[in-house]
Amino acid sequence: MATVAELPGTSLAPMTARPFRVVRRRRETSDTWTLELEPVAGPPLDVGPGQFTMLYAFGIGEVPISVSGEAGGPLIHTVRAVGAVSRAICAARPGTVLGVRGPFGNTWPVAAASGSDVVIVAGGIGLAPLRPAVYHLLAHRESYGEVAVLYGSRTPRDLLYTRELERWRGRFDLQVDVTVDRALEGWRGKVGVVPKLIAGARFDADAAVALVCGPEIMMRFAGEALLEHGVPAKRIHVSMERDMKCGLGYCGHCQLGTTLICRDGPVYRWDEVRPLMEVREL
Amino acid sequence: MRTIETLLQDVPIFQGMSDEALELVSGCASNVHFDDGETLFREGDEANVFYVVRHGRVALDMFVPARGAVTIETVDPGEVIGWSWLFPPYRWHFDAKALGVVRATVFDAACLRDKCAKDTAFGYDLMGRFTQVLIERLQWTRLRLLDVYGNGR
Repeated sequence: MATVAELPGTSLAPMTARPFRVVRRRRETSDTWTLELEPVAGPPLDVGPGQFTMLYAFGIGEVPISVSGEAGGPLIHTVRAVGAVSRAICAARPGTVLGVRGPFGNTWPVAAASGSDVVIVAGGIGLAPLRPAVYHLLAHRESYGEVAVLYGSRTPRDLLYTRELERWRGRFDLQVDVTVDRALEGWRGKVGVVPKLIAGARFDADAAVALVCGPEIMMRFAGEALLEHGVPAKRIHVSMERDMKCGLGYCGHCQLGTTLICRDGPVYRWDEVRPLMEVREL
Repeated sequence: MRTIETLLQDVPIFQGMSDEALELVSGCASNVHFDDGETLFREGDEANVFYVVRHGRVALDMFVPARGAVTIETVDPGEVIGWSWLFPPYRWHFDAKALGVVRATVFDAACLRDKCAKDTAFGYDLMGRFTQVLIERLQWTRLRLLDVYGNGR
């Protein structure tokens, strides 16, 4: 008799975590860590910008985490310790083995954006899923027009990838603008919300592509600000988040209206997802 | 050299304003310069001007006992500082300090209020433009009140 895994369309492989070893761990902020992982055996994952994996702290649980490293490079995740599982993942020192399923979901439309100006709007840890898109744009810089990275965080202490932001800021072909909601002593940068940075960025609004990631309410404000600035709704893309469990569109935990975020998303066009954001029951 | 009137055409709050209205506004304006750390105005002072930043950054601070000056917002080129000049008692509600060298255009509030009173169509236009700025700042402030990155901390 055939086992469940052998039946057509019922492979258990996507549900089975592959062991990955933590090879590097770097503290980004007081509660956020970046982990570099390598497979204990077998090939590395082929991950596109914007995709996520289900990361499993054995014996504790599994959470969806966006990939924050470069496509084709090592598997890199930036994780904020907010619950039991993410705290365990953040505490995983080099040598620790974690389970990885995926990658899941669609990608930022970086190839389709070729030839356009690109505006990246990130809030808080939302910069992590957008970092692979920035890497792609920089690796193919000649294929894009103006590129702007607009980033907001709670305080200067909560900024991710500060050294990298400084390097990006030093480039002549990249606009980087940073703001914080709350200043700390000695901060001479901007104080205010990230959507406010849109007005100060140089890009051709009609022909620009916007990639937005952060808390949903921040994305709502950023999306409206981009629209007001003249970016067409079809050219604004946001990364949505819900309680993802299976990653395959089977369990329904991440359902948002008629869409399953793990299967159809997490990246959606603004005109597709904005109406859903208004429905409180979803 | 560009005149104040032509400089104002590029300032968002004045964009689309008629030539006649721009002439009225620029008649009350002059260019100013502040060095790093210099105070534009202090909380409680009479609000007899407002500014448009042309270069540099201005921090809007509130003094909090035991904490000192807390920056609540920064204002960058193209943005307006101040609407306390619009309504009595015409007093500033915060401090404004230059973060680095700042070049700005300063507007005489009494001069503008007088022109608004004499030419109500101009006054209505100007109030509408300032209301737009107020609404935007209020929306941004509401977003910050939500502390969206805070995770309940």
